[in-house]
Amino acid sequence: MPYKTLILCSKICDGMNAYMAYKVTTKTSLNLFNRNEFTVKRRFSDFLGLHSKLASKYLHIGYIVPPAPEKSIVGMTKVKVGKEDLSSAEFVEKRRSALERYLMRTVNHPALLKDPDVIQFLESTELPRAVSTQALSGAGILRMVNKAAEAVNKMTIKMNESDAWFEEKQQQFENLDVQLRKLHASVESLVCHRKELSVNTASFAKSAAMLGNSEDHTALSRALSQLAEVEEKIDQLHQEQAYADFYLFSELLGDYVRLITAGVFDHRMKTWSKWQDAQVMLQRKREAEAKLQYANKPDKLQQAKEEIKEWEAKVQQGERDFEQISKNIRREVGRFEKQRVKDFKVVIIKYLESLVHTQQQLIKYWEAFLPEAKAIA
Amino acid sequence: MMQEGLDDGPDFLSEEDRGPRAVNVDLQTDATLQVDISDALSERDKVKFTVHTKSTLPNFKQNEFSVVRQHEEFIWLHDSFVENEEYAGFIIPPAPPRPDFDASREKLQKLGEGEGSMTKEEFTKMKQELEAEYLAIFKKTVAMHEVFLCRVAAHPVLRKDLNFHVFLEYNQDLSVRGKNKKEKLEDFFKNVVKSADGVIVSGVKDVDDFFEHEKTFLLEYHNRVKDASAKSDRMIRSHKSAADDINRIASTLYTLGTQDSTDVCKFFLKVSELFEKTRKIEARVAADEDLKLADLLKYYLRESQAAKDLLYRRGRALVDYENANKALDKARAKNKDVLQAETTQQVCCQKFEKISESAKQELIDFKTRRVAAFRKNLVELAELELKHAKGNLQLLQSCLAVLKGDT
Repeated sequence: MPYKTLILCSKICDGMNAYMAYKVTTKTSLNLFNRNEFTVKRRFSDFLGLHSKLASKYLHIGYIVPPAPEKSIVGMTKVKVGKEDLSSAEFVEKRRSALERYLMRTVNHPALLKDPDVIQFLESTELPRAVSTQALSGAGILRMVNKAAEAVNKMTIKMNESDAWFEEKQQQFENLDVQLRKLHASVESLVCHRKELSVNTASFAKSAAMLGNSEDHTALSRALSQLAEVEEKIDQLHQEQAYADFYLFSELLGDYVRLITAGVFDHRMKTWSKWQDAQVMLQRKREAEAKLQYANKPDKLQQAKEEIKEWEAKVQQGERDFEQISKNIRREVGRFEKQRVKDFKVVIIKYLESLVHTQQQLIKYWEAFLPEAKAIA
Repeated sequence: MMQEGLDDGPDFLSEEDRGPRAVNVDLQTDATLQVDISDALSERDKVKFTVHTKSTLPNFKQNEFSVVRQHEEFIWLHDSFVENEEYAGFIIPPAPPRPDFDASREKLQKLGEGEGSMTKEEFTKMKQELEAEYLAIFKKTVAMHEVFLCRVAAHPVLRKDLNFHVFLEYNQDLSVRGKNKKEKLEDFFKNVVKSADGVIVSGVKDVDDFFEHEKTFLLEYHNRVKDASAKSDRMIRSHKSAADDINRIASTLYTLGTQDSTDVCKFFLKVSELFEKTRKIEARVAADEDLKLADLLKYYLRESQAAKDLLYRRGRALVDYENANKALDKARAKNKDVLQAETTQQVCCQKFEKISESAKQELIDFKTRRVAAFRKNLVELAELELKHAKGNLQLLQSCLAVLKGDT
């Protein structure tokens, strides 16, 4: 069913207090909302609050919940390009872009879009302040999830994987994670070197201009000044390309690495383990009841029978939970794959188009310079 | 022409450089004496250049012959020119810099050590690149040594120098060892004295407008060329780093493409292929900028220094001449050792005038050479940048067409 929910984030400064607020504008044709277009003000902690609510509701039943935006905008490989000033325009833009992508991913999830917390986040003018953001940061959630995963691993569960699909998918995800991280690191390095190239080109341009000034042959002097101008334009070009490298390519990769580590497979293992534990418990209760049969303790026997009923129900629930989470994960992974394919295709094309533009500009600049160089007599 | 940049060979110098490698100097090839470096061999820690001469001059026993020379022998020849009083009025062609393969060799060694930690494809790729880098440095050092010889051969007086002929013809080792520690220390002190003296000498205002202008000009020009040379090196290094990143990205995309089971694997593989090609072009852009821009600036840094040295020698001769005049006046006033003072004054006068006369011409020639070299290199730089940008564009557009057609 075709619908369009668009979210734009723009930064506004609240004069009274020293925090950054973001304008979230939603444009939609869905009936879920009261109006077709509306805008609310949100703080960074509000986003984290939303994520923590969604994570607590859906992660354990196998939904791939989009991870919260990082609190500190330093790349996964901690490649820093100069000092990250928290109030700098660049930092704010990176954050704005990350928040926007986060919301878009969230509303693109068919189940999450209908979640009342999401609707409230997008629509209501006032939002109850998120209490403590420390534990709620993206990294914080990740830590919680990872701790759970570790706990699972520590129990040395050898899950009898009856479903080859899961084994295969898990392996695929692991491989994808490794390669995406590698790619992300290389792209970050490229962004860094391109920025460096831009700075060094600007520096060379100035130097060439100085050289042109001291050159006493008129035509050569002019050509050198022209060269300086060309290099100055090229340095701008490098800057813009670095920007595209980052926003198109690098950020997407970072998002996907974080998505993959959301840990759905671990939750499934935990659910399975809970089910198995319930079965073990049931077995014990049955054995205990059998023993009590010959002990002539009617009260204890009654209690044992009740406990058996309790654990039978738990086993049934455990099995249902396991089947449900398996079903959910299958569906989620299918959706994730589709989304991933779409995202990557779109971004790759956009990125190549940015590269095309850079080359076209380069051609323009050098074509303008060539006659100047030839005019040196 | 556009496909040229896409072959797999490690050849970084474009076709245009196959001719006389004297790219930084515009020299007339004179049939009476032609010198080039026809071959070079890189051994453990030295490079052996095969110097090939073709000449119709009677001084040589044959019309065509070759000898093998090492870097130290070039330096010996250069130093013999500098120390020759007869040549004080010339811009001595700057000595070629020492072949420096240390960095490249270190990288190759590190690669060998890290062989176990990377895939076979990665290793082979890196090895190819490092070998190409080594080859590029090698070609550059050959070019720089050749330019030195060509400049000497083109100079009307230097080409007749006896040491030069011995250098060209004597087919045994010239047994010139590099300077030992003591000699290097002596050189160091000589330079200190010279700099101090240079300051005094340059402080003396010149009567001649031409030389006064040249002095001011050269001082500023030399400093700015030095700055531009350093900045261009940094710029080119960043360019190379960016090309290396694209290489790694291409490899990872390839792995992703082969692992992926979805639709997007085709994208990954196609883009990986594209980046392999574009990064080769980027590497060539950096290499061409290095040759046409960085090397040009480096060369004129050395030449402008040689021109400054000429001005210094002239300034020194002028000071000596003026001092001799004063001494003569004093001697005449005291009527003591007048003859001796007169002779000294004559000698100083002749020396100064000789230097001045040839210096003027040398400096004019320097300007002509400089303008011609910059013109040639800037034109070639622009043409190469265009060629590569067009090549890149074509690759990008055809890849985009394929990818868009698939979605």
